[in-house]
Amino acid sequence: MTGRAGGDPRVVLSYLILAAGSLVVAFPFFWMVASSLKPLAEIFDVRFLPTQPTLENYAEVLTRTQFPRWFANSLIIALITTVSVAFFDALVGYVLAKLKFPGRDLIFVLILATLMIPTEMLVIPWYIMSSANGWINTYWGIMFPGLITAFGIFLIRQFMSGVPDELLDAGRIDGVGEFGLFWRIALPQVRPAMAALCIFTFLGNWNAFLWPMIVIQTPNMRTLPVGLALFSGEAGSSWNLIMAGSALAIIPVLLVFLVLQRQIIEGIVLTGLRN
Amino acid sequence: MATQVTAARPLRRGLRIGQQRALWAYLFLAVPLLFFAGIRILPAISSLYISVHEWNIISPVRPYVGLANFQTLAADPRFARAAINTVRYVLVGIPAQMVLGLGLALLLQRIVRFRGLFRALYFMPFITPIVAASWVWQWMYSVHLGPLNKILQGMGLPAQGFLRDPGQALFAVAAMVVWQYLGFQVVIFLAGLEAIPRVYYEAAEVDGATGWRLFWRITLPLLNPTLVFSMVYSTIVYLQLFTQVLNMTFQDQGGPLASTLTLVLYVYQLGFQRFKMGEAAAATAILFVVILTITLLQMKILSKPVEY
Repeated sequence: MTGRAGGDPRVVLSYLILAAGSLVVAFPFFWMVASSLKPLAEIFDVRFLPTQPTLENYAEVLTRTQFPRWFANSLIIALITTVSVAFFDALVGYVLAKLKFPGRDLIFVLILATLMIPTEMLVIPWYIMSSANGWINTYWGIMFPGLITAFGIFLIRQFMSGVPDELLDAGRIDGVGEFGLFWRIALPQVRPAMAALCIFTFLGNWNAFLWPMIVIQTPNMRTLPVGLALFSGEAGSSWNLIMAGSALAIIPVLLVFLVLQRQIIEGIVLTGLRN
Repeated sequence: MATQVTAARPLRRGLRIGQQRALWAYLFLAVPLLFFAGIRILPAISSLYISVHEWNIISPVRPYVGLANFQTLAADPRFARAAINTVRYVLVGIPAQMVLGLGLALLLQRIVRFRGLFRALYFMPFITPIVAASWVWQWMYSVHLGPLNKILQGMGLPAQGFLRDPGQALFAVAAMVVWQYLGFQVVIFLAGLEAIPRVYYEAAEVDGATGWRLFWRITLPLLNPTLVFSMVYSTIVYLQLFTQVLNMTFQDQGGPLASTLTLVLYVYQLGFQRFKMGEAAAATAILFVVILTITLLQMKILSKPVEY
């Protein structure tokens, strides 16, 4: 099957197709960065590369719009949500995998069943709930639906099942309390799964759009995706600014991806194929 | 085992330890269970309740209307359009994504050098903020100012309408979604391919099978669980299509002529732009039934053991 490098024409052909395909895939990124570097006068030119590259679009987005505020909003919301999800999902996953108590299986099935309820069905009741409680246009209002996830509980429970009971019993003999057993003994054993869960929770919240758009009302509370969408709508034909904003929105996720590439890809494999 | 520790102690005390542990378990579960009850289960039920009422966020009177909201939807050509479009997205996007994904995964498996680099390149769209990507694609598709038409014209081909052409717009959006999920698809397929034991290929090669026969007789059947997983995952993604469509057709949401409108976008317009919460809730109830049916079918298929 696998040919050796060098002479095999099938391998050469594979490289050619992959390279051509990656050029197609990368073209939107190229277009975005190239356009964001063009001065306004050149923005609709036929040329693919700017003749006089400039950073003024970036400067304008950062200083004359609320872009930095949106960036900070997204960062705060994604970080707090990730910490909450990591803690609660791990705790529930541990309890459901390692403690025996009446009603355990029923609770697990109930939590899993909530996975089948589509978010779209919940946004109307969430909105009504938020306006009744004054949560509209607040960080809490944006965050509350995602603070604990059934998917993460399911994932961590699978991995917690693999933690040997002997390890926990040894801790009990040493006088470790029930919370300590979870925090100091079980949690370090499932580090790879926790890494995957954190990365996906962060990315998911960084990208969240439907619910934040509904619950946010003033420009200063917008998250990055909502800010970008409404800013693009308002900015109309200021494509240079839209492209600079888009490029800036990608940078943090790109950095996360470059640093954690292996964990992200293993995380997909881990979460996707463990049934 | 827990019993080994407690066995040395008197039975009464062992029971108490068991009870104590159960108490701790309930204590740890208290906040999460309240969360799931209050943020997931009760809202789902209340969504069903809203769907049988005339629920306008402005008006304080919310009379019970039975199935009237569902009847309104059934008679609404835009809802029908959104439903048909959603099915078309599924039928166009998923096969394209799976065929391209499998092709790329097979090519990647064949090469040794730069495998990680190519995988990362194809994966980048998946982690790109959807809103940013949607605006870039909107410009790329622009009739007069977009690079795609410039390339077409450079090759002597006529300019296309893309997002402006009701006949092409859905395909143009689907192409962007395929671009976005392709890298994810490749990673899933690569993992599935790696899981196929090499001995099957070696045995088949001894028997004289090559190339396409290996693919049809070994790769494809043994990849079946991966294919099913990927299909069900993508179906749910395409059924919930919203952000891409809204942002690529921002001035004329779901346009032109509702040719790109999806169910979720229509729910959003009904509930949050026209404040018809009852009708919107009825539409989500229909979406829920569709997704539930697909998920249950998936469980049935996935739970079938794979025969090696």
